[in-house]
Order: sequence, then C-alpha cells, then structure tokens
Amino acid sequence: MNSVYVRNLLRFIILILLQVLVFNNIHFRGYINPYIYIMFILLLPFEIPHWLLLISAFALGFGVDLFTDTMGMHTAASVFMAFCRPSVLRMISSTKDYEPGIYPGIKDLGFNWFFNYSVILVLLHHTVYFFLEVFTFHEFFYTFWRIVFSSFFTLLFIIIGQYLFYKKK
Amino acid sequence: MRQLFAFLIKYYFFFLFLFLEIIAFILIANNSYYQGARILNTANQLTGNVYETYNNIFDYLDLKENNKILAAENALLHAQIEQSYVKFTTGEIHVNDTTYKQQYKYIDAKIISNSTGKRNNYLMLNKGFNQGIRNNMAVVSPNGIVGIVNGVSANFSSVMSLLHTETKISAKLKKTNASGSVQWDGGSFKTGSLTDIPSHIKFKIGDSVITSGYSLDFPEGIMVGTIAYYKLNSNDNFYKIKINFSTDFNKLDYVYVIKNLFKDEQINLKELQHE
Repeated sequence: MNSVYVRNLLRFIILILLQVLVFNNIHFRGYINPYIYIMFILLLPFEIPHWLLLISAFALGFGVDLFTDTMGMHTAASVFMAFCRPSVLRMISSTKDYEPGIYPGIKDLGFNWFFNYSVILVLLHHTVYFFLEVFTFHEFFYTFWRIVFSSFFTLLFIIIGQYLFYKKK
Repeated sequence: MRQLFAFLIKYYFFFLFLFLEIIAFILIANNSYYQGARILNTANQLTGNVYETYNNIFDYLDLKENNKILAAENALLHAQIEQSYVKFTTGEIHVNDTTYKQQYKYIDAKIISNSTGKRNNYLMLNKGFNQGIRNNMAVVSPNGIVGIVNGVSANFSSVMSLLHTETKISAKLKKTNASGSVQWDGGSFKTGSLTDIPSHIKFKIGDSVITSGYSLDFPEGIMVGTIAYYKLNSNDNFYKIKINFSTDFNKLDYVYVIKNLFKDEQINLKELQHE
C-alpha cells in the first residue's frame, strides 16, 4: 500500500519539474505547448477516494502555477479535469472491470481504452486552461486551434511515456 | 440541519470541486490584471531559486552565443565614445560637461524564466528590489525592447513581456517620426502590429520602428522592429502594419532594466497638467 503513495508522490514531483523545466521550453511554432503534467491525474489508481483525487489535482495545478506565473489557471483546469475523471471512467467501459490492482494505463487496459480515456480528459483540461488563459471568446478560432494542437502533442508525449516506462507484459 | 449535512456529505464530491474551483478563480482574479499584478513573494523566491539552479547549469551551453552578443555590443559602444571620433574643425563650440545630466541608468539582469507560447507571457529576472528594480521599469535586450517590470520581490522580479495582451508600446517610425503604438496580437512571437500611423505618411518595407520616448519608462530610440507588411484600405485613415520584432524572445538571456532618474519629477509635472 505504501509503495502506491510513494510512487504517486514521486510521479507528482517529477512531472511538475519535467513540465516547468523541459516541456515549457518547447514552444513548438511559437505557441503550441504540451502540458504533460496532467498525466499524473490520468494515472492515479482507480480506487482513490474522490476527495483525495480533487485535492491532489489542486496541489498539482497549484505547483505548476507557482512556476509559470499563471496563478490559478492550471489549478482550475486540473481540478476540473479531476472532477470529470470518475464520469469519464463510467462512460468508457472496458472489457475488464476496474478491480483493485489494475491501474489506468496501456499495460493493464490496452491502447484503445487508454487512448479514449486520455483524449477526453486532455481535451477537457486544455479547453478550460486555454480559455482561462486568454479569458475571452474574442479570438475563438485562434484559441480553438491552440487547444487542438496542444492536446495532440500532450497526448503524443503521454502515450510515448506509457511505452517508455510501462512495458507490456 | 441533519438533512443539510446529509445532503452535503452525499454530494461532497461536487461541493469540494466547487470549493476548489472558487479558490482557483480567486487566485486568477488576484493575479491576472496588469497594474495590480502581485506576485506571492515567498513563491517567487522559491520558484526563483529553482529556476536559478536550472539556469546555472544551462548557462554554460549558451556561453558562445552570449559572448558573441556581448562582443557585438562592446564594439557598438566603443564606436560611440568620444575617442572614436576624429575632430575635423578647430572652431568648435565648447560644451560644458554639466550640460548633460544622466537621465537613464541601466541595470543588467539575467532572465531565469521566459515564455513565448502563451497569449500573455511573462519573464522572471534574477534581480529585484534589493538591486534597485522597481515596478514599471522598462526592460530591453541588446537587440530591442523586451517588456515592463510588473512585480518585484526582494531578489527577483517579474516582467510583463511585449508578448502580452496588455502591453502597448508607444513607438515611431525612425525616418519620419510618425508615432503609433506597437502591440502583439498572438500567434508567432516574431511579429506584432503597429497601429495609428496616419494614411498620409510614407514608408517602405524594412523601415525601422523605434520607441518614441513619450512614455516615462522607455528612452527614445530603442529598436522595436522593422516593417514587414502594410495595407491601407481606401476608406481607412490609418495603415494596417505588421512588424518583425528585433528581439528574438526565444533566445533571450541577458537584459537591461532601465531606470528613469527623472521619473518622479515627470510624474509630478504630469499631475499638474491634469489639475
């Protein structure tokens, strides 16, 4: 049981540092930026109590916010994403049940399941984040394309991460 | 009462969500407007230290590039000092040194975090209040303008980049002195737009745009960019101009913060104007 906490805590710290020190420097085409830190919320175990899910998402967003001068924006988006997670899990059923000991990942539940699961949550997170960042619907399509492209790259990195660190049995 | 508690507990997930989102929005509201931008001083200090360690490591990799920029700037400065000029006339006017009084002071600083990817971008510098940096000071790089200081802690300061919706720089065309204002409209960090240039002004692509000196913070004549494209609709009184910024915001490392020594005096005078 302890190792679950330790593993998630380590992942929490490493993902925040990776995000602010490496991924925030990518600036692909000047304005497309992947936000890989939300992988933390995706990979939290299924049996996590709801309150802990929200609180850890809050801490995660707040951590990133501290580093990027975007007070509250990552926090709001992460909490929203965490709030949606249980409903999304209920929505996309898998062939296996979400039993204890199974983690949300490609290894345990397969590529298709993980892909659907992350596409929905990443898009939700990025939509909230980018609209909060510009705080206007004025340049709607500009923001819209930023959401689409950034989500694409976030997903790409999350899936690469899955194959790098969680090898299939 | 018991029913209320039961209700709260039953839907605690939703209420906790609401509560956390409200906190997040309070944070956003307290931090996202420009003039009142307050940075949590402690947080700034903490994140500043992490960024500084990171930069100490990666500084080394950029040494070559930075040396080149410094050498180029030194060359330029050498060319401007008195010894570089040859006197051609003997009947020259005697200029007493006290005629000149220094108005601007430059404080050099290193950028420890930077962004170009957001709609509103900020930079963080490794100098702060203790080193003489105050709110609203202008920040320039050897290549051109960078932004305006919008938050200061003891040893770090935050700069609102030119790449920000709220940043508007008073600028003019170098050749004709026609003035307008420069703003970034999102998209690539390499280009922005120059507005308010009236239709009778003549210029061509490639002309320089410099700061006008009308603001209290930017000295006159600092490079902003060059004209990349312009259009004049037949009914408009003003041009639509796109400019290429002379500063490469993605490669910034060292900058100067400009202190206007006469600012208080100018502000006092300005207040008199309004009375």
